Amino acid sequence: MSEEQIKCTPLCEKHVALGAKMVPFAGWNMPVQYTGIIDEHNAVRNDCGVFDISHMGQFLAYGPGTTDWLNGMFTNNLHKLTDGVGQYSMMLNERGGVIDDLIIYRMGEDNYFIVVNASMIDEDYAWLTAHKPEGISLVNKSADFVGLAVQGPNCEKVFAGMCPGIVLPERNGILKFSCDGDELYVCRTGYTGENGFEFFCPAAEGVKWLEKVIASGAKPCGLGARDSLRLEMCYSLNGSDLSPEKTPLEAGLSWCCDLTKDFIGVEVLRQQKAEGRPTALVAIEYTGKGAPPRHGYEVQLPDGTHLGELCSGVLSPTLGKGIAMAYVPAALGKIGTEVNVIVRNKPVPAVIIKKPFLKK
Amino acid sequence: MSAIPADYKYSSEHEWVSPVVDGVVTLGITDHAQSELGDVVYVDLPAVGDSFSKGDSIAAVESVKAASDVYTPVSGEVVEVNEVLDAEPATVNADANGAGWICKIRLSDPSELDELMDAAAYAEFCK
Repeated sequence: MSEEQIKCTPLCEKHVALGAKMVPFAGWNMPVQYTGIIDEHNAVRNDCGVFDISHMGQFLAYGPGTTDWLNGMFTNNLHKLTDGVGQYSMMLNERGGVIDDLIIYRMGEDNYFIVVNASMIDEDYAWLTAHKPEGISLVNKSADFVGLAVQGPNCEKVFAGMCPGIVLPERNGILKFSCDGDELYVCRTGYTGENGFEFFCPAAEGVKWLEKVIASGAKPCGLGARDSLRLEMCYSLNGSDLSPEKTPLEAGLSWCCDLTKDFIGVEVLRQQKAEGRPTALVAIEYTGKGAPPRHGYEVQLPDGTHLGELCSGVLSPTLGKGIAMAYVPAALGKIGTEVNVIVRNKPVPAVIIKKPFLKK
Repeated sequence: MSAIPADYKYSSEHEWVSPVVDGVVTLGITDHAQSELGDVVYVDLPAVGDSFSKGDSIAAVESVKAASDVYTPVSGEVVEVNEVLDAEPATVNADANGAGWICKIRLSDPSELDELMDAAAYAEFCK
């Protein structure tokens, strides 16, 4: 991707002023760190941090028939939702492979707010539009919002500082309200495993809201800490851990797939459920000392049998050891299996463990 | 502004080499390099006795986000490695020019030092 095509969120200049190191991510110029990844990681685990998630996409879908239509597009069951509640879900291709993972909130009857991955906004919108019946509205509002994820045990104090007197929604809930003259969507969700919320404000007011959040006690955090935090919880990253060639069952996400309803890709999932999935995304933890595990490193059995390559890997700041995920043949991926991660031709001993790495 | 000791020589890959003592130099990564890398969490050290040619990857310094090769700007044999970095890799961040040194090399071709930048040239190079 050339320099010209790199997009900036409305917060870019503010990040630089706050001392951020900026890197390209999913087509966006984003902060990877401010003071340091470990420092920011620990701030989220022990206090509170704030991440720019403005690069993520937001769609509105509404009109009679929207629930039935989207239930045929996504894996999770929208009939489980009541007004003001969201769910994690997947959009699959006909082969059962993952196009994108997303969170969909029910705002009212046949009225939804959908948050999708930054790199997938255009593709998701095109795929949904191509399958959309007449009379239903699908609006890409991605450019209208600045998004901030506020995460950590002290997030409620931060929220009280930025919007006094408002009560945060329950876990997975969404609340649309006015605060300081702006309309905000606040979602009780996150990607870190900590208590937290994510909110979307008008793009033009983004800098003001970031300043409010920081003044209320949150530490600015970059994508580096976001990645190590999510991997400790085994939360999938699309493009690394999820792909159009792997099903949600292989990714270990059957809990958000309702195979009793019909949706694009369901036949492949039903077949895998009946006959077994070819591969499984497993959690691998170092048992010996070695260089940090990274995307692309080979995983072998101790006898040298090739199992697969790492999708994601990091030296866990909380656990102090290497953690990684990889797709391996399902029959060989049992918990407790000893493996080697090959780093620069050197085997580092590791073991397949039950997800997540960080038991909370 | 990073610290650039006046008596070291510098490579375009952001390694430093100390003045020669009894045919041996100390090698490390520059303060600028550690600052760009961020928190160093692992250093893959060479083995004492291994020989390298100029331009070879002699070590790897890894931050949370990335693995970065260290290319030796001089040829020779490794005579000592900084084992402190095994237990305390963040020493590279704390003192890249001193306690965070990586290894000592007995030079096989001291003339290679002439190809490296001096402190003033390196300071300009980093701008």
